[in-house]
Amino acid sequence: MNVIVCVKRVPDTETRIRIDGSGGKIDPAGVKFILSPYDEFAVEAGLRAKEAAGDGTVHLVSFGDAATQETLRSGLAMGADSATLLVGEPTIDGLATAKVLAAELEGADAPLILFGVKAADDDQQQVGPMVATILGRPCVTGVSSFEMADGKVVCHREVEGGTEVVEVDLPAALTITKGAYEPRYASLKGIMAAKKKPLEQKDAVAADARLRVVRLAEPAPRSAGRVVGKGPDAVPELVRLLREEANAL
Amino acid sequence: MADVLAFAEQRDGQIGGSAREAVSTAARLAGSLGGSAHALVLGAPGIEAQSGDLGRFGAEVVHVGQHDALGEYNPEAYASVVAERIKAGGYAAVIFPATTLGKDLAPRVAAALDVPLAADVTGIEADGGKVSIVRPVYSGKAFAHLEVDVSPVLVSIRPNVFQATESGAAGRVETFTPDVDAGAFRIRVVDRKGASDGQLDVAEASIIVSGGRGMKDPENWALLERLRDAIGSGAALGASRAVVDAGWRPHGEQVGQTGKTVAPKLYFAVGISGAIQHLAGMRTSQTIVAINKDPDAPIFSIADYGIVGDLFDVVPRLADEITALKSGD
Repeated sequence: MNVIVCVKRVPDTETRIRIDGSGGKIDPAGVKFILSPYDEFAVEAGLRAKEAAGDGTVHLVSFGDAATQETLRSGLAMGADSATLLVGEPTIDGLATAKVLAAELEGADAPLILFGVKAADDDQQQVGPMVATILGRPCVTGVSSFEMADGKVVCHREVEGGTEVVEVDLPAALTITKGAYEPRYASLKGIMAAKKKPLEQKDAVAADARLRVVRLAEPAPRSAGRVVGKGPDAVPELVRLLREEANAL
Repeated sequence: MADVLAFAEQRDGQIGGSAREAVSTAARLAGSLGGSAHALVLGAPGIEAQSGDLGRFGAEVVHVGQHDALGEYNPEAYASVVAERIKAGGYAAVIFPATTLGKDLAPRVAAALDVPLAADVTGIEADGGKVSIVRPVYSGKAFAHLEVDVSPVLVSIRPNVFQATESGAAGRVETFTPDVDAGAFRIRVVDRKGASDGQLDVAEASIIVSGGRGMKDPENWALLERLRDAIGSGAALGASRAVVDAGWRPHGEQVGQTGKTVAPKLYFAVGISGAIQHLAGMRTSQTIVAINKDPDAPIFSIADYGIVGDLFDVVPRLADEITALKSGD
């Protein structure tokens, strides 16, 4: 079974973010970029779906700058078969990104298109369901595990205060969250093989961004408060402060 | 048109805090734009009875779409009905709650209408007819100030950030029966299980009791559950990435950049040292309390109040004190 996984290159979640001189972007100096963690779950999910089916391919698609090649190679090293890089500059307008991806995926011969539930940079949780809407595919979001069954997919998802089992007809799109798909480590053999796997690069069919960042700002500084005391004897004073000063209890 | 629509979510037939926050936010924005606020409720027949209450939170008109197939959330049905109502109403802006449901629904509606969506925003205001938006990026390590070129402006708002304010006025309820063909759904919910203990989701809780590696063992969560129960309604458990990765707690509870970004009124960080990606996910909490035996733990650098000590002594005492406080109310 053919699976397409859409992935994004993002700053490492452990990275400190600095805003550049223009005030509208982050300063990439010293920032390590990675395959967005949720997209890694999606790649793992795609590989397992292919393995369970016993045939087919896992193809990666990303919209990003030329350096995204490196990110795609890391997905190929995990075991994906091929990749397409749509070269361009994604913005905060997730719909513009979705249009770029949808233009590439239109008519794709893959019953399943997978996404990470969100990108670790913009964290908008929107590109997957937007692509699906444009393509006319049903989409289930926040899937923690799924099984293929006779023309449909049975998805398990986390919802407020519980879990849900959802059935969706194929062809479908799913967005994957942390759950059953702990990503495999790329083996040395996988890393070597990835260098030879097909990675097509072409210019993205750009869509205008209609939602724009005017400026980026540092979060309001949060200064250290006070240590109320040591050990359980400090508890009554803490409770008093929470009630009378912070008005939080 | 300068009217603003709020999508008011119902869950199990109950209209909750996220709906009131969306409606009040819509009312404030509509006020700046010179229009009025409308609310949209979708549910099973009968949901009408509760919907009028949204008027008190600022909705001049409450549109109530009732259909047997809308009692439970179905993304296809909801997206098509909501997109249709937005088109018909000619709104200047639409506010969704950034709950699990809102985050699933809003992008579908945005794509159907071909307008961008600013998700999980923490600020929205209008000045001279122009709407400006603020939202966290990199899970709160920075804030992006946004402008949008098209109408309607679509946003989802982070729970607990925007105030629900009672205006006292009564809204006018207008019911309608949407055209929904449940037989054509390509997505079907076949089973739904509540959380084993029926607790509130961490992203929506007004008070969060979060535990980290300092808890030492998953069994010890009984201590945090006791603290949560002492606080009572509105409280939920959270967890650091370390303990979720260790399999001690479900991912649904994870706070941080690879989990949920939260903004409760009060956040207890218990045995959490404060990795950068955790701090990013909870730093917009109104009040932060840290309990940790290491006085140099980074969590103390952003906590309003800290207790340096053994959590196994401090937390039970805290639960006792809060229980005593509540029973004295």
